Amino acid sequence: MTEPAKSEVPAQRGRRAQRGPKKRVRPRVSVFGVVGEVLMTGGVLVFLFLGWQLWWNDAVMAASQSRAAESISQGWLEEAKPDPAPAPAVEEGYGDPVVAAAPGDATPFAVLYVPRFGDTYKRTIAEGTGTNVLNSPDMGIGHYPGTQMPGEVGNFAIASHRSANGGGMHLINELQLGDAIYVQTADGYYTYRFRDFEYVPPSAVEAIAPVPHDPDGVPVDRLIALTTCNPLLSTAERIIAYGVFESWQPTGAGPPAELAALLPAA
Amino acid sequence: MYAALWRLLPGPVWVRVLLVLVLLAAILYCLVTWVFPWVDTVVNNQEVTVGAP
Repeated sequence: MTEPAKSEVPAQRGRRAQRGPKKRVRPRVSVFGVVGEVLMTGGVLVFLFLGWQLWWNDAVMAASQSRAAESISQGWLEEAKPDPAPAPAVEEGYGDPVVAAAPGDATPFAVLYVPRFGDTYKRTIAEGTGTNVLNSPDMGIGHYPGTQMPGEVGNFAIASHRSANGGGMHLINELQLGDAIYVQTADGYYTYRFRDFEYVPPSAVEAIAPVPHDPDGVPVDRLIALTTCNPLLSTAERIIAYGVFESWQPTGAGPPAELAALLPAA
Repeated sequence: MYAALWRLLPGPVWVRVLLVLVLLAAILYCLVTWVFPWVDTVVNNQEVTVGAP
């Protein structure tokens, strides 16, 4: 080991010595070299994390949330089966929708279907908009406590991530006038039709009032409000997608035709 | 730093390359399983609701 060390000594003295054909020179370890390598490693780690957050984990969470929503939906269908609900096919509809009471925090109570978000898109809606709901692998969409419930006169307001953590409302900007927004609960199916977007500052709590932007107004319409962050990958604004209630049918009557085509045969 | 690590690895070049790949895979696994989920809870917690300060 001492032999090669000797031969390196002159190599370190002058650059010309390095040009020798057989002399392999080990460059001196410099502080800047190490700092540079550490910085580059840090950069790679940051990009790896972003990739994990926005694609890998996002896809894993989306698949997991979708499976959870499917199983909760199947559970309601099986609950309804033993009691063949006397749901006659009424031409005029089924009257006023059943309005359930809001459950406790982080309790799932509905499944959201938006065909515009993808034929297989489904997500569980749970009470509360904390990270315990929005970042959960088996929920993903949160209902603002204090806002109305599905089918209720007023504003059924829900929130979800635009990207990462399953991105429950990733494609919200793709909604088009009249697009169906289905909400399934243990009681039945509520059909809303997309009406319009609003871009508001994060403080705009009046967007989820029973009458949006009129906190003192007396509600007449049954609305749904999907809220998420905007623009994509930023939290500078919020995008609100309003839908208007169209119809309701009990679980026994089966899902609406357009939705039934997308659901796995029960 | 990495040059020193490379010299620390034993064996001929192909063994070293294999070792490096194994090490990278192990590091990636640890990152994805423990580090990134933890970092996600600490930073960049995206607020998506209205009315939040």
